[in-house]
Order: sequence, then structure tokens, then C-alpha cells
Amino acid sequence: MTSTDSAVVEARGITKRFGPTVALDNAGLTIRAGETHALVGRNGAGKSTLVSILTGLQRPDQGEVLFAGRPAPALADRDAWRARVACVYQRSTIIPALTVAENLFINRQTEGRLINWRALRTRAQGVLDQYGVDIDAGSQAGDLSVEQRQLVEIARALSFGARFIILDEPTAQLDGPAISRLFERMRALREQGVTMMFISHHLEEVYEVCQTVTVFRDAKHVITSPVRDLPHDALVAAMTGEAAVAFEARARKVDAKAPVVLAVSGLGLAGRFQDVDLQVRGGEIVGLAGSGSSGKVGLAESLVGLRRPDTGTISVNGTVPRPGDVPSTLKAGLGFVPQDRHHEGFVPLLSIGENATMPIAHKLGRFGTISSSRRRSRAEGMIQQLDIKTTGPDQPVGDLSGGNAQKVVLARALSDDPSALVVINPTAGVDIKAKRALLGSVEDAAARGAGAVLVSDELDDLRICDRVLVMFHGRVTKELPRGWTDSELVAAMEGID
Amino acid sequence: MSDARTLKRPGAGLRLGRFRDLTLVPVIIVLLVAGSFVDPVFLTPGNLTNVLQQQSALALVVLAEALILIAGKFDLSLESTVGMAPAVAVMFVIPVSAGGFGLEIPAALAIPLCLLIGAAIGAFNGFLILRFQLSAFVVTLAMLIVVHGLQLGLTGGKSLFALPESFLYLGGAVWLGLPAAIWITGLLFAAGIAALGYFRAGRSLYAIGGNADAAKAAGIRVDRVLWVVFIVGGTLAALAGVLETGRLGGISANQGVGWIFMVFAAAVIGGVSMDGGKGTILGALTGVLVIGLVENILTLKGVPGEWKQLVYGAIILVALMISRLAGGRAQD
Ligand SMILES: Nc1ncnc2c1ncn2[C@@H]1O[C@H](COP(=O)(O)OP(=O)(O)OP(=O)(O)O)[C@@H](O)[C@H]1O
Ligand SMILES: [Mg+2]
Repeated sequence: MTSTDSAVVEARGITKRFGPTVALDNAGLTIRAGETHALVGRNGAGKSTLVSILTGLQRPDQGEVLFAGRPAPALADRDAWRARVACVYQRSTIIPALTVAENLFINRQTEGRLINWRALRTRAQGVLDQYGVDIDAGSQAGDLSVEQRQLVEIARALSFGARFIILDEPTAQLDGPAISRLFERMRALREQGVTMMFISHHLEEVYEVCQTVTVFRDAKHVITSPVRDLPHDALVAAMTGEAAVAFEARARKVDAKAPVVLAVSGLGLAGRFQDVDLQVRGGEIVGLAGSGSSGKVGLAESLVGLRRPDTGTISVNGTVPRPGDVPSTLKAGLGFVPQDRHHEGFVPLLSIGENATMPIAHKLGRFGTISSSRRRSRAEGMIQQLDIKTTGPDQPVGDLSGGNAQKVVLARALSDDPSALVVINPTAGVDIKAKRALLGSVEDAAARGAGAVLVSDELDDLRICDRVLVMFHGRVTKELPRGWTDSELVAAMEGID
Repeated sequence: MSDARTLKRPGAGLRLGRFRDLTLVPVIIVLLVAGSFVDPVFLTPGNLTNVLQQQSALALVVLAEALILIAGKFDLSLESTVGMAPAVAVMFVIPVSAGGFGLEIPAALAIPLCLLIGAAIGAFNGFLILRFQLSAFVVTLAMLIVVHGLQLGLTGGKSLFALPESFLYLGGAVWLGLPAAIWITGLLFAAGIAALGYFRAGRSLYAIGGNADAAKAAGIRVDRVLWVVFIVGGTLAALAGVLETGRLGGISANQGVGWIFMVFAAAVIGGVSMDGGKGTILGALTGVLVIGLVENILTLKGVPGEWKQLVYGAIILVALMISRLAGGRAQD
């Protein structure tokens, strides 16, 4: 890599270790002015670590960062960093208890001494309007949807005037239309000459918005190339180090006489969904598709007891768990992967072993004790099965890369051999190879006789389903058997047909 | 991707936010009404002034704890500082015969020295918690025992009575018709409300308590701010010790012992979250008032000492529920 005049940022020979883990090994990249540069790699390849080094949150053990050919500012000089690079991190940096306005101007609420709240709100509304974000600056950040929070983060990032923005997996939590809106925004920014670094596990997105792509594998830089010179299969091969194999959903037949493991009738929740009837047989995978406002996530959350429906009944395995009660739903034999893994998914300070075996703790020992050797061996099995990149079962989940943390959540859902499984966006932020492993383990569970409901914003995930129910404005409007085409499904999701 | 559009009308968020500080106001009104039925003395200015004066020392510790809780940390050792800081400071002044060290430094230095000791304890807590990344709960639990132990060891477990006049002044003086302790506490609360409401440094406590990583990314020097908060907390606890000493005229071996429960109760019913990032100083103040009024009513009513604890605890629970209902939000 040679530095050129037009390099906005250059990272050279960066090495970063976390204890025994080498997150970056003599890796680097150069991003030229005006381009949108993709950084791809498997979970744990070191992408987010590079982001924290490029934004001055962490110091590399070795190597240097240059902005426009000049050495990066001192770590303590946050203002200087923020004038050079803005970032939307993989983990949200919105503070839910504060207003949107204060989040936008956090730690710079005022130039002078006293904060003038009214002026702050006006300024914040100005920033939101300027970047076309339709949110009231006075609302509480905790009340925003994931997309809205992200827009606030983007508006905040831009408001510092940096001409270089890093987006770490911005699309992982968004649905189709929201992603299109984000891309429109990114294109408009590029036209204004803003340089971007974009991280995603959705390779088609790389082809859609990026001009250059850099691949990291096992903490090392593998290749940097113009996007058009690196076709999909070559890109996958660079990421995984092996030739790409196309993903095939397994052929399966649902036994029409298999018992119904999850039955729902007349389910409704005011403002979210109404009149939902659903029956899932053992061995069957049912997909739930729909746009962000379709109510599919609300429905799935009601199935697992995270929300209490207003009307209707849910029965799991023939028993009716207490509505809105997660423990009794789990006890009835249901496993689930929640949408917001940072909130409901795992306990960051506990180890992988503890997190993954939480629902089966009672099976690992007697009289309320937990045998740690049994837990270890169970956890090791899960780590292998789901290909979790870690130093071992004792590593706290909070230290894992984003995608690997997601795998722990699925491991937990599967730990109790549930007879019914509800998974919400299980592959958000998961790399292409791991995605197959994750979907594969849902298929395995079905093969063992479990019935599964799979909620996803990704059409590819839904291919493993025996049938897909499409929701629109809170109602199930269409049922598509296996073999649907993308355009058919998208049309149904958008309510045009 | 959350399905609902949950945006409020312009302004609703902020205005609701204002009200949330005041969810205990109905409780306070109920207590005032109930108190006036219990005893006609209750609503007299003399009695209410008395309530405020009695609570002023506790209130300062609540202020300290609220700052620390909002920043997402914990300090249990404050109650020990309330006793130890004034005791040790005074021992530098008084003669050996009165229980001092025999150094007999000028009496005017006693109060500054006391505050300095409080600050030093806070600084040491901060040092252990931030430098060694230890849990604030465990560190300050140990420090609660250590600091109190130091007081017991140095004083030989005895109370100190022969105190310099100047040290007692603040706890007993009357300024413009109100006890000085009320003025001091009131002013410090006003300063706290202003700092956390209108100054960047104060707002940074909310950011740190809400999401320390985000605060760091926003350029807040998280460790430095937290350290200052611990030091301010220790200093306020020492000042509370000065007021309490002045009010009672002496320092007993268990001054401050057991306060921390009341402190947490006041802060939490006042809406300060134990998880950090939520609550206001004004809310904490209403919490103190509730506790003070309840205590006063129980005393006036002549509830026997053995039953006081029970009634006390029950009323705190009720206050919690009322503030939850009035506030509408889950309390954490
Ligand atoms: N604070 C930390 N402590 C210990 N290990 C860490 C820490 N941060 C990252 N790691 C480790 O460093 C490696 C790289 O992590 P990083 O978050 O950079 O991956 P990533 O490429 O962003 O992955 P993903 O696509 O899953 O987000 C991982 O093995 C991770 O477990
Ligand atoms: Mg990452």
C-alpha cells in the first residue's frame, strides 16, 4: 500500500491484541477521497477493532494512522478526531434516557456556560431537518425505533463537519425499505464529496453502494480491489479462504400428521397486529415476512411471552402458557432468539458457557447447583456446532465480536432442545458462512422434530421455510408455499397485489 | 425496526420530563394533610423548620449519593465519612485530655481539615474503583467498614464532646431567621440542580451513567469526571458530618451509622435509578422531604420506637408505589 495525496485516511501495519486474542495482525487499508470503501470479513475478523482505532477510541499496539497524510491526533484530543472522522458504531451510542436533542449535542450542549434548552432543541431540530431526518428533537431517544436511532447517529456524525464517515454494519438491524433509504442518503453524501467506509455482511450491498472493497481474514489484510474487479464468488473466497459454495436450502417434507407444536388463534395486540391464526407442526419451518410496520416482530414477541396480547390464545405443545410470561412459555418447550440481542439476548459480563446454558442450568446439576465441567462441555459443543470465534467457553460474551455474540444467543435458544422455536432476525450481523451454520441449525432443529417460526427481513433466510406468511399492516395477508420468487414476496410485503 | 411510531407531540417529552421530578409532590401533600390531623403542632413553622434542620445533614448525603448514582456508580462508605471526618479533624485541634492527638492546631482549621478528609476518602474510593477497575459496590462496602473502623480505633470508641465553638457554629447558628444548616443544604441543592440541569459538566453524569462507552466516544473524560464525583461526594458527606456534629453538640462513635439505608431510600423514591443515568437532584430532594415528614409524624404520634422501623419501611414502600403510579414509568 502506498500513500497518495488523495488518501483521506491510511492505516499502516496495525496490530492490536486483547489478551490472547490477536484482533488485528499487521493489517491496514487506504481510503481515497470521495470513494465509498467497503470493509468485509467474517465475524471476528477485526473490522470493528479497526473502526475503534480509526476513530481514536483505542490505541493500536503497533502501526500508525494517517489522516490526509498527516499523523493522527493524540488520543485525548477527541475534538480533533471528530473533526476528521465521524462514526456510526456497531453498538449504539444513543443514550435512551436523554432527549434526541441532547443526544445530538452530547458534551457540546452549549458554547457558553449555561445550557439553554430551548435553543439546544431548536439547533437539534435544525440538524435533523438539514439531514432530512423526520424526528422531533424533544422526544426521548429511548422511544425511537432502531432505524430512527440510527438516523440520529448519522445526523450527529455528520454534524461535526467531518468529511469521512465510518458506518459499522448500519444495515444489520434495518428492514428493506429502511436500507434503501439509508443507501439513498449515502449516495447523496457521496455526491457532496463525503468519503465513507462501509461495513456489512450483505455482499450485495457492497456491490450496490461501494466502489472499492477491502477484505480482512483472521485479523489480516487479504486484498483491496475495485468492486467491479472482484465478483461475488471471488469475494466470498477471499473472506473465507475457501471456494464459495452456493447455499441450498435443504429439501424437506413436512409430515402432515406431525403434532401441532405451536397454535395461535385470534391473536391481537392493539396497534400492532390483529386476528392472527397460525399453526406450526413439528418439523415445519414457517417464515414471517413483512415491512417494519407490518407487526411481524410484535407477533413473534407475543408468541414468546415478551408482549402480552390483548386477544386470542397461544398454545405451545398443547399447553397454554401464561400470556406475556416468558418463563412459563420457555417451560412449555419454546426457545427463542430476541430481536435486540443487547437488551434481551445475553448478559455481557457472563461467559459464553453461562449465557448459552442459562435455560438448561437446572439440567446440569442437582439441587440448584451447576456442575461447571458439564457446562463447559455443553458450551464447547455449541461453540463448535455454531462455529463461534472465541478463546473458549469462559470468555465473557461482551468481548465477542457482534456476529459471534449473536451465535451465542441462538445457542441458548437451542440449548434446551425446544419443541417450538421462534427466531427473530437470527442472522443480523452474521457473516456469510456463519449464516449458513445458523440457518443450518434451525433446519437441524426442525429435522429433530421441532416446529420453528422464523421472522426475518432477509429474503435469503426465508428460503429455508416450508411456507412464508406475509404480514401487512398487522394482518396476515398472504401465504406463500416454498418456491416463491423474490419479486412475488416483495410485492406481497409491500401490499401490491 | 420497531413497529410502532412512538414519537410524541412536540414538547410532550420535555414537559413530561419536568413532571417526573415531581411525582412525590402528591405524597408530600398527603403527608402534610395527614400530619395536620395527627397533631396541630405539625403544621406550625417551628415544627416544619425543625424537620428541615433535622434532615439537612441526611439531605447532603442524599445529594452526594444521587450524584454518584446518576453517574452509574455506588458509594456505601459515605455514612462512615459522616462520623469519621469530623471526629478525626477535631482530634487535631482538641487537647489530649479531651481525646485529641495533642497537636492542637488552630481551631479555625478544623472544618477545612474535615472537608479535606472527606475529599480524600472519596478520592481513594475513586482510585480503587477506576484504576483497579473494581466493583464500586464491593470497594465502598469495604471502605464503609475501614473508615468507621478508623474512627473507632482513633477515638477508642469514645464520643467527643469538648469541641471547639467554631466547629459547632454551622450546625447551630441561625441566619435570617432560619437555621444555617437549612441555608447551606438549600444552597447546595440549588447548585446541584443547576449543575445537573444547565451545565455541560453536570449533564455528562447522565451520559456516563446512561452509556459510558457512548460518553467516551463523545469526548467526555469518563474516569476524570467519575473521580471528581467521588471526591465531591466524600466532601459533601464530611460537610454533613459538620452539620450533624453542630446540631448534636458532640460526635458519638456511631454518628452516621445506618444512614446509608435512608439515603438510598430517599434517592430511589425520589426517582434516582440504581442503574445510573436517570433521576434528578430535585427528585432526590423530594425523597428526603418524604422521609423527614414521615419521621416527624411518627415522632409526634408517639409511635413506640420498636414499631417505628416497621411503619417507616412500609411508608417508604407506599411512597415508591405512588411515585411509580404517578410517574407512569417503570422504576429501576
Ligand atoms: N474488548 C475486547 N476484549 C477482548 N477481545 C476482544 C475485544 N474486542 C474485540 N475482541 C476480539 O477481537 C476479535 C475481533 O473482533 P471485532 O469486533 O473487531 O470483529 P468484527 O470483524 O467486527 O466481527 P463482526 O462482524 O462479528 O462484528 C474477536 O475475536 C473479538 O472476540
Ligand atoms: Mg464488528
